[in-house]
Amino acid sequence: MNMSRYSAFSIFRNGLSGHKNWQRAWRAAEPKPAYDVIIVGGGGHGLATAFYLAENHCIRNVAVLEKDYVGGGNVGRNTTVIRSNYLLDGNTQFYEFSVKLWEGLSQALNFNVMFSQRGQIVTAHSADQLDMFSHRANIMRLNGIDADILDREELRRLVPYLDFSDTARFPIYGAILQGRAGTARHDAVAWGYARAADSHGVDIIQNCEVTGFVRDGDRIVGVETSKGRIGAGKVGLAVAGHTSVLGRKAGLELPIESHVLQAFVTEPLKPLVDHVVAYGADHFYVSQSDKGGLVFGGNLDGYNSYAQRGNLGVVREVAEAAIALMPCISRVRLLRHWGGVMDMTPDASPIICPTPIDGLYLNGGWCYGGFKATPASGWCFAHTLATGKPHPLIAAFRLDRFRTGHTLDEAGAGPSVWLQ
Amino acid sequence: MLRIECPCCGLRDHDEFRYGGDASITRPGHDDPDPEAWYRYVYVRKNPPGPHREFWQHVTGCRQWLVVERDTRDHAIASVGFARKTRA
Repeated sequence: MNMSRYSAFSIFRNGLSGHKNWQRAWRAAEPKPAYDVIIVGGGGHGLATAFYLAENHCIRNVAVLEKDYVGGGNVGRNTTVIRSNYLLDGNTQFYEFSVKLWEGLSQALNFNVMFSQRGQIVTAHSADQLDMFSHRANIMRLNGIDADILDREELRRLVPYLDFSDTARFPIYGAILQGRAGTARHDAVAWGYARAADSHGVDIIQNCEVTGFVRDGDRIVGVETSKGRIGAGKVGLAVAGHTSVLGRKAGLELPIESHVLQAFVTEPLKPLVDHVVAYGADHFYVSQSDKGGLVFGGNLDGYNSYAQRGNLGVVREVAEAAIALMPCISRVRLLRHWGGVMDMTPDASPIICPTPIDGLYLNGGWCYGGFKATPASGWCFAHTLATGKPHPLIAAFRLDRFRTGHTLDEAGAGPSVWLQ
Repeated sequence: MLRIECPCCGLRDHDEFRYGGDASITRPGHDDPDPEAWYRYVYVRKNPPGPHREFWQHVTGCRQWLVVERDTRDHAIASVGFARKTRA
């Protein structure tokens, strides 16, 4: 359990032996008969939850069960954007808390998650849209979050490669900029949390699929898995994308549909895009990876799907949006595209809470915004599991908000999730 | 590209169609005062990994609403029919 700390010195020392003596980052654990807490799902949120259970609440008899391998799901499939430019109370404070955790995450985990606060720009394409962004910027500033409104010329100095011509499909009026927003290395987030949780004694068990729940009366007291029955004081679900599947096994009916979101990367280019840029006239956002590829994404494929791959119609739509904003990349070749399965909720906000089933806690419904929330989600879900009560920052993410009418619909898109 | 065999127009690319969501949901009566029934109608979905009956409208073709049974894991389509027949 005593993993050596990573440091400049450890790199130097291992260099002396040709980098052949690095220890594995976490143990290959096999399940014990029972744990205080079982987290289902070894993605970013599940691993972060396990880490904060140990770190903040001294609950170390914890297992994370992953049906496949750590980092193979959505934590390794997203476009890595981190920001807190939200409008509604409940979202704003939660996502800003997350950005603050990101700012200290590499130190907290002793793992370089390569958090790069390069700033996120969202372009405005009408005077009205710029007014709307001013409204958003004011709300952010009132919550202590950095936000700037840029006029067309200020924006042009920052990102001259956008289409500022007279023939632009949607002329650019300005933008909203959050300077502290950015990107992180998503695999490192999974690995960093896994290693840090493991060093606290958490068992990370891969290739262990949960197939059912063990009950004692009305209470859930364990899980059936592909590696046998494992007892648990409490069970936390962190399986966004497949929450409906496990929820149904537990007897939960959920306001969730699974949809595919695609992401794309181009061949490597010289440095071009210094920020995260999002297109305000359509659904397209782009950043440039350290390897030089432009990483971008767009709309959902638009129909229920559990297939981790998308269709070509959306590739074309996203490419059209890309070219409308950045004509200079029209000849760049696409290297890869892939899909991830999203839990889409009817108000596009997540669900983290205790459930009506005793012993079962839910973390899901992340739609297409889960990556940026990873640290705060883990922090707050760990608090909820440890105390049995929701953390104040996730009070708005209750499951019963749809029943009571307290939805958190950031975009005002309505309950048809494929239109969000 | 997903293709749907429209009973009116034949085999067409799915981007001629508009998605209409889960077709197994029944709308409560206009005079139904039970909020639980409306909650379930608006929000709760089975969301199965497997066969899924769903609405599609052939917007750039015959404009008919269809009910398609499609597997959400591999998009294989088992059946397509007019929505109006199934909602007698």
